[in-house]
Amino acid sequence: MNTFRLALRALSRNKMRSALTMLGIIIGVGAVIAVVSIGQGAQYIVQQGIQAMGTNAVFISAGSNRAGGVRQGYGGVKTLTVDDLNAILKEIPLIKEASPALTSRQQVVYGNQNWNTQITGITPNYFEIRTWPVQAGSAFSDEEVDIAANVCVLGTTVEKILFVDENPIGKTIRIGNLPFRVDGILESKGQNVTGQDQDDVIFAPYTTVQRKISGITWLQFIAASAVSQEASVAAVAPITSLLRERHRIRNGDDDDFLIRTQADIADLQNQTQSTMTYLLGGIASVSLLVGGIGIMNIMLVSVTERTREIGVRMAVGATEDDVRRQFLVEAVTLSMMGGFIGIIFGLVGSALISNLLSWPTLISGKAIVAAVIFSAAVGIFFGYYPAHKAAQLDPIEALRYE
Amino acid sequence: MADHLITAPELPGTKSTGNPVIRLENVFKTYDLGEIQVQALRGVSLEISEGEFVAVMGPSGSGKSTIMNILGCLDRPTKGRYFLDGVDVSGMTKTDLARIRNRKLGFVFQQFNLLSRTSALENVELPTVYAGISPEERTKRAMEALTRVGLADRAGHHPSQLSGGQQQRVAIARGLVNRPSILLADEPTGNLDSRTSVEIMDILQTLNNEQGLTIVLVTHEPDIAQYAKRNLLFRDGKLKRDSLVQERFVAQDVLKSLPTVEQQAAEDAEEETQRLAKADASA
Repeated sequence: MNTFRLALRALSRNKMRSALTMLGIIIGVGAVIAVVSIGQGAQYIVQQGIQAMGTNAVFISAGSNRAGGVRQGYGGVKTLTVDDLNAILKEIPLIKEASPALTSRQQVVYGNQNWNTQITGITPNYFEIRTWPVQAGSAFSDEEVDIAANVCVLGTTVEKILFVDENPIGKTIRIGNLPFRVDGILESKGQNVTGQDQDDVIFAPYTTVQRKISGITWLQFIAASAVSQEASVAAVAPITSLLRERHRIRNGDDDDFLIRTQADIADLQNQTQSTMTYLLGGIASVSLLVGGIGIMNIMLVSVTERTREIGVRMAVGATEDDVRRQFLVEAVTLSMMGGFIGIIFGLVGSALISNLLSWPTLISGKAIVAAVIFSAAVGIFFGYYPAHKAAQLDPIEALRYE
Repeated sequence: MADHLITAPELPGTKSTGNPVIRLENVFKTYDLGEIQVQALRGVSLEISEGEFVAVMGPSGSGKSTIMNILGCLDRPTKGRYFLDGVDVSGMTKTDLARIRNRKLGFVFQQFNLLSRTSALENVELPTVYAGISPEERTKRAMEALTRVGLADRAGHHPSQLSGGQQQRVAIARGLVNRPSILLADEPTGNLDSRTSVEIMDILQTLNNEQGLTIVLVTHEPDIAQYAKRNLLFRDGKLKRDSLVQERFVAQDVLKSLPTVEQQAAEDAEEETQRLAKADASA
């Protein structure tokens, strides 16, 4: 580590210049560390949110991504029925509860307010499966589902638009052209993970929606809850084979349904967030490149200024390798010191910001290791050319240099 | 060369074979500048033995700088051979030449060439950095060298805190630190005043007399050349005259006859008084 100490001595002869050179690396590394740490904090928050949605949930939607060569998006397939749901409940004990679901977009009117929103037909256990409590009034009952009663439960966005300040419970609204009595208002859920407003919705008995609004007999999806989180994952296979059998799907053909567990959604979300975080980190890394270019420039200036010194070193016995190594080590020392300081700044910065947003401060060990390696690499790569120039100096010319 | 410390492994074929420390055999040096070819040295042959003190003189363009570069192993002859301590170094690689410079040669420059913002001790240590010895040994040798030039008490000073003469003494110490065979000095007094120049020549003469250090000195000042024992005069790339110095100056004696700083100040004050008196008288 002799060379390292010598490099430090040489760098400390011009402290101001060394400090300014490191600045680029410090900012670059600091930015990367901060971005990744904050990103991971955000991820954690989202994960928590997803967890809060109910980790035992299993969603079966009609239509997979590919069916018979034709892309059948969500809801285009007609094979999912209430009988499927009953079969699942009967034959797969891992599943505790299930609610059918279908949607329809309708114009909704109250007084002189109107709004276009999504009507979702369900059974009342849907609210439990989705851990979505009613905050005022009550949900409709199973009996009302049996008789396809014209009752509904509103999301808070719809409530605010139609009723403004009025109490909506017991009032009658028009969905399509049919009168519906408002039985309850749901708690606000806010935006979902894809940015849609979850409160812009009206729930009604699925029987009512099937017979009186959309006129279809099949379902668009089934919302079920398993006995536990592990059970939700374990249930995917039996549900798949049951439905394939019931829908008479041949071996080798795709499913005509898609099963997603909460865990799947959590994973997907995780992946998306991860990608975002690393993308941002990658962008921040650009500043590392800039820092590296800064090092190269300053080292070039340094070599020119120290031409005489290099001449003297060569005269007293430094070989080309010695000179090259000396300047390379100086560059790497600069970049790594900048890297370490940047890591500290990045951690402090992300701690401050996380605190401000009440997010947990997550330190990414991987990012730190990557930052260290990156700083060293930047030093070696951008320090090489100046070091090479220094080594190639002719000692006689160098000694004569003014 | 009893006190020659050999700690680095010897390069193959470097055993000393007798007295001539330097031998040039019909050395030519030609610089190729595109269309023009400059013949800096045209067939120079000479021998310098251990313990000699040689002054190299000549006008610019005479080849004296080129000769020093070749003697210093900073450049290679185009033709001819250079035997340093009995070893032919004319065809060696740059890396081997660097090692030779480190172990066998000491350099002193006109402009001192010390590292700024660095202590005298660290400056003197510089050649030892490339000699592959331990940090403790390096410091020890550097202190020894500084002591030999009488600057042990200034070891921690930076060049900016030293006078010109002291800086050159540090440079000499640096040249001595690896105990070389030869000290090569390029106009070592060029940047110094008269008295300091003599002080430096005193050090060189002492090193030459007491330690048998071979010294080769380039200068354009005949006065300085008088401190050497032998004079080589170059002209147009050839060695024109090789003679022993007659009536050699002995620095010790010269120093005694030169006024000291205080005496000089007193003389200047006296001159000033006289000048003012004359001015008054004629007013």
